[in-house]
Parts: sequence; structure tokens; C-alpha cells
Amino acid sequence: MALLSKKDSRLILDPLADNNPITIQVLGICSALAITAELKASIVMALSVVFVLGFGNVVISLMRNIIPSKIRIIVQLVVVATLVIIVDQVLKAFAYELSKTLSVFIGLIITNCIIMGRFEAFALANGPWKSFLDGIGNSAGYGLILVIIGFFRELLGSGTLLGIKVLGDPIEKTGLYAIGYENNGFMLLSPMALIVVGIIIWVQRSRNKALIEEN
Amino acid sequence: MLEHVELFFKSIFIDNMVFATFLGMCSYLAVSKKVTTAVGLGAAVIFVLAVTVPLNWLLDQYLLRSGALAWLGPEYADYDLSFLSFILFIATIATMVQLVEIVVEKFSPALYNSLGIFLPLIAVNCAILGGSLFMQSRDIQSLGLAFNYGLSSGIGWFLAILAIAAIREKIRYSNVPAPLRGLGITFIITGLMAIGFMSFGGMLTGGDEAPAEVEKNTAQKTEEVKTIKEADENSVSYNNAIINE
Repeated sequence: MALLSKKDSRLILDPLADNNPITIQVLGICSALAITAELKASIVMALSVVFVLGFGNVVISLMRNIIPSKIRIIVQLVVVATLVIIVDQVLKAFAYELSKTLSVFIGLIITNCIIMGRFEAFALANGPWKSFLDGIGNSAGYGLILVIIGFFRELLGSGTLLGIKVLGDPIEKTGLYAIGYENNGFMLLSPMALIVVGIIIWVQRSRNKALIEEN
Repeated sequence: MLEHVELFFKSIFIDNMVFATFLGMCSYLAVSKKVTTAVGLGAAVIFVLAVTVPLNWLLDQYLLRSGALAWLGPEYADYDLSFLSFILFIATIATMVQLVEIVVEKFSPALYNSLGIFLPLIAVNCAILGGSLFMQSRDIQSLGLAFNYGLSSGIGWFLAILAIAAIREKIRYSNVPAPLRGLGITFIITGLMAIGFMSFGGMLTGGDEAPAEVEKNTAQKTEEVKTIKEADENSVSYNNAIINE
């Protein structure tokens, strides 16, 4: 692409895999785990974070030379809180049911460590366009993991994807259920999210040995 | 009094911040490599939660919720400022953390040395904001209960980080598969611990009515089972009779 130089495209592509915010940088776990029982909620959460981090990074990067470094955390929190209020109000207006399922977790985007982490590590030192790409890349890496967790938990837990039955009807016993398959209700409980993330980390690190921690 | 006790145990064990709602996971994973640092951070979290939740309760009650401004005069009774709660809560938390840091540094340098480095971390710990937001969405009734809620959620978080830090210190000597070392195994252990904590869910099911109904149901079921068994026996004896004939 002419729009993105090679360096710029690395800003987007790196966080998707080898520098993933959740599995490598260990940022933003809280919200990743609590709302992933359904694929739809995970996608909405991912999009909200893309919006907040993309624009938050731009705003912080534009203000980086006028923020006194002593009070920068409060300034950052105010910027994020404003963006999150926008997301929250939009969700309440257009997708009320969904905003009920996400409950306080939209609000918790404010303290999502990805956001503060990227502000501190990138936006305070780089220009707005680069910061924007970095924000999009990191939140996309976060969203990718969220969607993977949501996909497996909804598929194995309730046999649906986005609310559509894909494994047949569990009550009428069609599709897979006809040969005795049962939904694993355990996948819908929150502890399984942790174990799914553990397995994702396992798979990723056995494919890329460089990521293995010493310990 | 009873509700205080119930809320206390409920927030420590059943609604445990880490295991039930996954709040404060980032610092939980990052700072749990050694027990001593985990204890420091845990104590700081208890302290800040116990201060900020009641403060935010007051803000919510007298400023934010719909009709909260009625004390200014009847013409303000219709205002609903609850959309501002995120920004006000986080501002309170950030200010309080800064204030606590200054006060502790001034009056107790020893405490500051053990807690000090963790205090700035705490402003962005989701457990703190989460405590205030859950306080708002669960509709906690009085200032005392809000204080209790903050304190006990903090204790729950403290227990969780203490437990995982102890496990991580021990697991360093075990032969974990290489790709799982460090982060991966911590995630899986936390998952298992969360499953364990789910068993506390049966601890406080409350009033007498629900269990009585269950008993009735089981009683009915046993009756049904009995009748079925009797029917079976009857049919067996009937079959035997037929065979004998």
C-alpha cells in the first residue's frame, strides 16, 4: 500500500501476533475475560476498544508537548473517560440489550491497561498518524484474541454463533445432537475464559519458540 | 447488622473481584511473582478501595443519580447526571490516590516505603474503578454498606493475589512444559482457582423459602422414584408369575 510505509504497517501487524497485547504484553486482561461468553459481546467490546484507543492515541499524541508530565495520568484518564462515555451513550441508544450484557465493562475500558499502556509507551513520544496506527494495531490484536475466545466459548458452550444455531437443535435433537453430542455448559462459566487464554498462549508459544519465558 | 455480615462474606468469597469478575487482572498477573510485593500491592488495594467506594457512593447519591440534586431545590429534582459517573469516579480515584500518596509519605515514611511504589499503579487498576461501578449498579443502600463493600472486596483481592503469588513461588521448581511457563500456567491455575471459588456460591443462598421448595421437590422425586420402583417390582413379580405359570 502506498498509504502505509513498511515501518507503518509493522505498527499494525506486530501487535496482531508476536507482540500481542493480551498474550505477550499482558495488558487489558480484565475485560477480555468477563464478557466473552458470547461472540457478539466480544465483537462489540473489540470495536469499542478500537475506537477508544485509536482516537485516544491521536488526542494524546497531539497534546503530548503541552501536557505537564506530573499530571499526565489525570489528563489521560480524562481523555479516555470522555471517549468511553461517547461509546457508552451510543450503545445505550442503539443497542440497549447489549449494553445491559456488557454492564460495567464498557466503563472499565477507562482503566483497561492497554489504553494507558499505549498512551505511556507510544503516544507520548510519537506523532499523531503513527500513534493512530499503533492504537488501531494494538486494539485489533486485543480484539482478535477476544473474538477467538468468544468464538470457542459460544460454539462449545451453547452450540450457537452470534445467536444462530450451528450445531443443530439441542431440544429437537437434530444435527450433531442426534448422534449424542451435548453442549459443554462449563464453557459459559467465567473460569473457562482463563483456561482458553492459557491454551491460546500455549499454542502461540509452541509455534514461536522465541516467546518462551525463562522463569 | 446481618446484612453487613452477609455483604462482607459475599464480596470476599462469592463475588471475589479476581475470580468472579476478573477485575484487576493486569496487576494481579504482573505483580504476583513474589509474595512480599504481592502483599504490598494487596494492602494498598484494600486501603484505596475502602476510601474511594464510600466517597463515590456519596457522589452518586448526592450528585449523579436521577433526582439526586433534589437537595439543591425542587427545580433541580429532574436532573439525571449519571452519564458523568465514569469521569467523576475516575477523577475521584486519581485524586484520592495522589492524596493518599502525599499523606502517607508525610506521616509514615515506613509505610510509604512499602506501599509507595504501588500507589501510582493503583489509579489504573480496574479493581478500584470496578468496585465503584459495581457499587453503583448493585444499588448499595447506605454509606456504611458502601464502606463495607469496598473493604471486603479489597480483602478478597488481597487473598487472591496472595494465593497466586504463593503458588507461583512454588511452581518455579516444577517441570512445566516450556511454552506454558510463566504467563500460560498462571492463567490456567487462576482458572482452576476460580472454579474452586465457585463452590462458595452455595454458601449464602439466604432465606428459608427456596431450600424448602427444593426439599419438597426432592421429596416428591423420591416418592416418584419409590412408586416407579414399586411398579417395577410389581411388574417383575408379575413377569415371574407369568414365567412360573
